[in-house]
Amino acid sequence: MELEIATAVEWVLVCKTDDVPHDGGACVKYNDEQIAVFNFARRGEWYATQNLCPHKQQMVLSRGMIGSTGEACEPKVACPFHKKTFSLLSGECLSGDEYQIKTYPVKVVGDDVYIGLE
Amino acid sequence: MSQLYRPTVVVVGNGMVGYKFCEKLIAKASSFNVVVFGEEPRRAYDRVHLSEYFNGKSAEDLSMSHKDWYLDNGVTLHLGDTIQDINTSEKTVHALSGITQSYDYLVLATGSSPFVPNIPGVEKNGVFVYRTIEDLELIKAYAKKARKGAVLGGGLLGLEAAKALIDLGVEETHVVEFAPRLMPRQIDSAGSRMLQSKLELLGLQMHLQKTTSNIIGEDKVEALQFADETSLEVDMLVISAGIRPRDELAKLAGLETGTRGGIVVNEKMQTSDESIFAIGECALYDGMIYGLVAPGYEMAEVVATHICEGERSFRGYDMSTKLKLIGVDVASFGDPFVAEPDSRAIVFEDKHKGVYKRVNISNDGKYLLGGILIGDADAYNILLQTVNNKIVLPPNPEDLILGARGGEASTSAGVMALPDEALICSCEAVTKGAICSAVDEQGVTTIEGMKKCNKAGTGCGGCIPLVKDLITDTLKANGTYIKNTICEHFDYSRQELFDLLKINNVKTYDEALGLFGKGDGCELCKPPVASILASLWNDVIVKQQPIQDSNDKYLANIQKGGTYSVVPRIPGGEITPDKLIVIGQVAKKYGLYTKITGGQRIDMFGAHLSDLPDIWEELIDAGFESGHAYGKSLRTVKSCVGSTWCRYGLHDSVSFAIEVEERYKGLRSPHKLKGGVSGCVRECAEAQAKDFGIIATEKGWNLFVCGNGGSKPQHAQLLASDIDKETCIKFLDRFLMFYIRTADALTRTATWLNKMEGGMSYLKNVIINDSLGINDQLEAEMQELVGKYSCEWKEVVQNPDLRKRFAHFVNAPKEKDPTVQFNTMREQIVAKEW
Ligand code: SRM
Ligand SMILES: Cc1cc2nc3c(=O)[nH]c(=O)nc-3n(C[C@H](O)[C@H](O)[C@H](O)COP(=O)(O)OP(=O)(O)OC[C@H]3O[C@@H](n4cnc5c(N)ncnc54)[C@H](O)[C@@H]3O)c2cc1C
Ligand code: SF4
Ligand code: FES
Repeated sequence: MELEIATAVEWVLVCKTDDVPHDGGACVKYNDEQIAVFNFARRGEWYATQNLCPHKQQMVLSRGMIGSTGEACEPKVACPFHKKTFSLLSGECLSGDEYQIKTYPVKVVGDDVYIGLE
Repeated sequence: MSQLYRPTVVVVGNGMVGYKFCEKLIAKASSFNVVVFGEEPRRAYDRVHLSEYFNGKSAEDLSMSHKDWYLDNGVTLHLGDTIQDINTSEKTVHALSGITQSYDYLVLATGSSPFVPNIPGVEKNGVFVYRTIEDLELIKAYAKKARKGAVLGGGLLGLEAAKALIDLGVEETHVVEFAPRLMPRQIDSAGSRMLQSKLELLGLQMHLQKTTSNIIGEDKVEALQFADETSLEVDMLVISAGIRPRDELAKLAGLETGTRGGIVVNEKMQTSDESIFAIGECALYDGMIYGLVAPGYEMAEVVATHICEGERSFRGYDMSTKLKLIGVDVASFGDPFVAEPDSRAIVFEDKHKGVYKRVNISNDGKYLLGGILIGDADAYNILLQTVNNKIVLPPNPEDLILGARGGEASTSAGVMALPDEALICSCEAVTKGAICSAVDEQGVTTIEGMKKCNKAGTGCGGCIPLVKDLITDTLKANGTYIKNTICEHFDYSRQELFDLLKINNVKTYDEALGLFGKGDGCELCKPPVASILASLWNDVIVKQQPIQDSNDKYLANIQKGGTYSVVPRIPGGEITPDKLIVIGQVAKKYGLYTKITGGQRIDMFGAHLSDLPDIWEELIDAGFESGHAYGKSLRTVKSCVGSTWCRYGLHDSVSFAIEVEERYKGLRSPHKLKGGVSGCVRECAEAQAKDFGIIATEKGWNLFVCGNGGSKPQHAQLLASDIDKETCIKFLDRFLMFYIRTADALTRTATWLNKMEGGMSYLKNVIINDSLGINDQLEAEMQELVGKYSCEWKEVVQNPDLRKRFAHFVNAPKEKDPTVQFNTMREQIVAKEW
């Protein structure tokens, strides 16, 4: 399984580590796609999701606030518009609506940030 | 893969009830093969909130399920495909597309269609019904060129359609009703009269007791002809004359139907063929069609339970309703009409305020049987519960509608007195017992948690206040101390955290979380901590950008479409012509919409994120500073022109307003702060509607505090009179600092005062008589903050690292967000509708 996933993914260099603020996000452009990249510095983790908030179709998730919720400290991002929150792991909407956003794997090599695209 | 036989359940109709049935069946068992046919072109949507389609909700927003729901749950969905006949002996259905599908169980959820009376001319252009998204699309398109509209039918749906016409901008809207009163099924004549006069005030024109005999016009409607020889000119007509259950399929298959329509069912919702069920608005139970969702959902529950071999029967359903019609509360519950000699009514009528309330009491005075509320339906939930649970009435039942006079209002004390079976959320059939045990056993403490736990409050939302009360009261009954904590990460109130961060000299969010919190923080605790840090140390907030709330993050308010607004400070509303010109030039250069705000300054909307630093650079060069329109901080100090020009002016209110605004600009606080200075009692600066207001008197100034505009306006109260400027500033320093130290997050000064024990006399004692002995400290703290002020936009403009954060694409900083789009209106841009 591991191997299969690794080969199916194409790693694209999108930005440098210091392009994304600590515990914040930034938006990168890949072809016509907008992808939000999050530097969860407090946990030493990186995440990426679609930049579009499905609630009102706004290109803003990278400007949202990240944090965690619950016992398991699930990482999440809150949309700046109406504060709908989404899991950075599964892309599931955590505020009770049936939205789903895309998530992408992220790899940091040195100070280069890569996103895994299928 | 197991070879077990999976019985097939076919559902005809993908409306609200058909969908809810699938959801319930799937929650109970995965052993069925579920196939759904829906005639409409889209997935089931929330018809109850259909009118919100006109207020900007999209079809997708109204949808009852996520687009992958059917796939994820293994349900086969055929949309835009009508079932044409049922072969009951072969147990198959035949669809328009040609599909023949066999079933083990067949569920008819075909709903109803609008009843269109047989009036000559109904086929004309401009005549509509109000049931589906397609109907609304047609109405919306036609309304653009219509000036006068009418709705045929003054029932619940008709009045809702009339409201929609008003919202669509139809200048004149009429309601034509055959009966002598509005909503004849729900309210009595007196209630109808009250409702009518309120609706007339809002611009609806009513025509009662009118029989429409003819729809006149060439090929499109031009007028309505009434039986009494009068007529009414209209450009469009929406017919809302009742519903007809869709039983055509059942009739064709030889199932028993009622003489006035509807598929006859027993208490298991079985039709005359035991493998065929009917639910929702097409089902006729005990001679009655139930035209509301809650009973439909109960029917769905009955069939789902039955198919899974459980026991549940339908026993009729309460038809109580509460709605807001064009902003007027209307509710009817229990038996609204029962009258003497079977009961005694207590009626309250206030023509001045437009409130009508009627409760029907049993002859022995013990029980509430039903009632009607118009204009104020706050008591609806508790009254409905009182009827449904046969709660014995208090000795003075009039208190139910008048509120206990001379003491505390007693309505909400009742929630815990309800029996466990009391149905709180009727859309999702959640009882009081279920809600309380979710609190007790699953540790639910919030509405959001409750929604996830048992779906209470996810339907029409009407029960949410009651659910909230139940959560709080259950927690209290458990002895749980309900503390106003910020969120799951900090077990402290804002005030406690303020003191902790101050005493421990905490300067960053991470430190705060490490010392006093847990987890990684969230959107609920980061902004208040950011605000406390700013109030304590007044460092430049963008340096801690990731913990700032949406607007503070980019020092601008985010607007529809993802652009931002720019508001430079214009202290006291005074501005030179040269500066006005600069604003005009900047707005023109960056293509911004400009508007004079309600706070006496100028707002420029529609700025791309990446343009913000450039725009501010130009403004700062011309001598402007940030207006903090985005911050929980001082906004404006409004002034009137005062003694420099005004013939009544006692002192120079503009100069004082500027002085005060300059002093407190940039001050971070629990919520925004606004001030005003008027030059005499005529109060042209509306100072008494502000967090602090100063009004000139013969001898000096009067200082008012804790006023508020907004949704709950409240006048400011007098703190000190006839004081000089220096004393006024001194009192203000103390007052503001005391507020910053002690208020909860997002609490304006008015609300803070309302919650303060001892109220205004306590506050006066603290600020004027120094009853806490802290005034020297408060003044010193304020002086330090004032001394540390610097314009945060200036910091950004001068700092390349901070500027970099304003790019939309970090890997293409020169490019703007290509998805941003504008419309034009009166020669300026406006945000595109979302
Ligand atoms: C621009 C302006 C309307 C206008 O075109 O005139 C405006 C626009 C907004 N107001 Fe306001 N308010 C504006 C004057 C007012 C006034 C009138 C006044 O200040 O004299 C009031 C009533 C007075 C009061 O606040 O007590 C007012 C009461 C509110 C409230 C309700 C506050 C309350 O305590 O109930 C909110 C919501 C909030 O802050 O939570 C709000 C919130 C908002 C927000 C921030 C909503 C948002 O989150 O996007 C709007 C931001 C638009 C923007 O980007 O600038 N606005 N707002 C006015 C800006 C004044 C300024 O120069 O800064
Ligand atoms: C504007 C408006 C406001 C309302 N407000 C409220 C309110 O405030 N509170 C409340 O409780 N109720 C309200 N209602 C009523 C509520 O919407 C209905 O009670 C509810 O939608 C009934 O659900 P249903 O599934 O039985 O019927 P529907 O939602 O009408 O669904 C039936 C579906 O079956 C389809 N169908 C019919 N025949 C076939 C066939 N042969 N083959 C395939 N598909 C077929 C239809 O196209 C339709 O999509 C309102 C209704 C409207 C129109
Ligand atoms: S408040 Fe008094 S001074 Fe100010 S404009 Fe009105 S009348 Fe003139
Ligand atoms: S647009 Fe994201 S929550 Fe509304």
